Amino acid sequence: MTDATAHDPGTAHALATGSMITARDLRKSFGTFEAVKGIDVDVRRGEVFGFLGPNGAGKSSTMRMIAAVSPVTSGELRILGMDPATDGPSIRARLGVCPQEDTLDNELNVVDNLFIYGRYFGIDRATCRERAAELLEFANLTDKAKAKVEDLSGGMKRRLTIARSLINRPELLLLDEPTTGLDPQARHVLWDQLFRLKQAGVTLVVTTHYMDEAEQLCDRLVVMDKGLIAAEGSPRELIAAHSTREVAELRFGVGEHEAIADKVADLGERVEVLPDRLLVYTDDGEHVLAQVHERGLTPVATLVRRSSLEDVFLRLTGRSLVD
Amino acid sequence: MSHTPLSPTGALSVITFRNYTTYKRHWKLFVTGFLEPVFYLLSIGIGVGALIDSFTFNGQQIPYAAFVAPGMLAASAFNGALMDSTFNVFFKLKYEKLYDQMLATPLTTADIARGEIVWGQLRGGVYSAAFLLVMLAMGLVHSWWAVLALPATLLIGFAFSAVCMGLTTYMTSFQDFDKITLAQLPMFLFSATFFPVDAFGDGVLRWVVEATPLYRGVVLCRELTTGAVTSASLVSVGYLVVMGLFGLWLVRRRLDRLLLT
Ligand SMILES: Nc1ncnc2c1ncn2[C@@H]1O[C@H](COP(=O)(O)OP(=O)(O)O)[C@@H](O)[C@H]1O
Ligand SMILES: [Mg+2]
Repeated sequence: MTDATAHDPGTAHALATGSMITARDLRKSFGTFEAVKGIDVDVRRGEVFGFLGPNGAGKSSTMRMIAAVSPVTSGELRILGMDPATDGPSIRARLGVCPQEDTLDNELNVVDNLFIYGRYFGIDRATCRERAAELLEFANLTDKAKAKVEDLSGGMKRRLTIARSLINRPELLLLDEPTTGLDPQARHVLWDQLFRLKQAGVTLVVTTHYMDEAEQLCDRLVVMDKGLIAAEGSPRELIAAHSTREVAELRFGVGEHEAIADKVADLGERVEVLPDRLLVYTDDGEHVLAQVHERGLTPVATLVRRSSLEDVFLRLTGRSLVD
Repeated sequence: MSHTPLSPTGALSVITFRNYTTYKRHWKLFVTGFLEPVFYLLSIGIGVGALIDSFTFNGQQIPYAAFVAPGMLAASAFNGALMDSTFNVFFKLKYEKLYDQMLATPLTTADIARGEIVWGQLRGGVYSAAFLLVMLAMGLVHSWWAVLALPATLLIGFAFSAVCMGLTTYMTSFQDFDKITLAQLPMFLFSATFFPVDAFGDGVLRWVVEATPLYRGVVLCRELTTGAVTSASLVSVGYLVVMGLFGLWLVRRRLDRLLLT
């Protein structure tokens, strides 16, 4: 990789600063609607960086700007040290992009999807053929090489899309909601593959609205809501900064939660009322449960768990991640 | 690392290769497109031609079929170019999201515009080449100028492929293609394909017909296969070149607008 990239003006800068993506006051408007309202982002070489946020937060709009296909409305954006407005093709030559919707070539079979996509990068035939075979192996699709794309399952299509995004051995891989719509087993297979890529030194940028995915995958992430970044840090830092160690979940009868919230408000640092349960934020959940029972309250069900990014999101925005 | 980003010609050949690969599966569809003008030549040119005793073109007596054949030659380039630059482009743009895939790679909208226009042009060109062989076999070629008929059909294919792809980017549903079909048939029938343009008299109608692109293509092919080449032929060449370049410019601009949002 080094000899091909040495000529790029941006590489020296990116190597020097270790910054794969730099955004300053980055904005994106569609007509009068502003989808991204001024965000600052720094993605470092070798890390897995996440954008966590609900639908409509502006994650895909941001990813498309980073992928150098969506012009920046205002602000500054540098990818691998280059400006997407002027160096689009050079940037894209070194990116892998896995868009939110699978955009496979349905007129080509599985292996040709890899082979011809590689040719778009100017990779020679022999190398394309070699890599296509390797990537089929990586994606567990070797026995489907000659199958039609439309005959693949959702999980297989996703794996093929990810495999395809690796054909140019990208330094930076962009994954927009990589596991949305997949069953739990397929998600774990994918996570495992993404870990292997990280170990191979690829920088990954992932968007997700699943907090477990963000916690599992990301070294660092930003919580995004309504086009803005609400918080930034490692999953652990975010939880430490915006939530308590534990959460006691109390489920009462339908419609009782609002009234009972007042009676337990003093038991934790904070109480959240959800339609189907109360969340009491505390460093000792079992102690809270004991006190609830002492006060003669009888929840239908209880649970003590560690705080998650979901709680961070609730704290920062007052809303749940997945509605 | 073994790759450098593609040059414009490299990009063109890769996109062409992609389209060729998809067509290997649909070769029957490909062949039917070629047959249509051949059938017209046989039924109208030969069949109806048998009823016509003498036919004078450009001051010389030629068989009626030799008059119709170059018209069908131009029409084969026209039909072939339209097949790929309308429905197929619409499908790739709106449903398959093929161009979005390509834009995730170093390819640019200019590469895509050139690649897809040239593909439509090539399809027309293949039909025309085959048709030209049919004409030769039937003794309907009367001049050495005819060696330029193939480049002429490629020019026709370029002009139509480019402009029709440009128009296709404005379409929002498959119903919109009725408009193209509506324009296609009269152009095919009245562009001096089956009868000389004198039949329109000297009025506005003739002027309109002479200003339409397929007419320019038909007369150009006819001038070449019958050997009636004059400096006026260059008008047709210029017309088609300008039309194609305009289409190329339009497609590129429209793809930017639609895809780079
Ligand atoms: N091409 C577009 N035209 C108009 N509005 C858009 C376009 N793309 C996205 N939006 C709007 O921008 C907002 C953010 O969308 P998106 O970036 O897709 O969010 P996310 O990926 O976080 O779900 C949404 O309200 C969406 O409707
Ligand atoms: Mg999205």
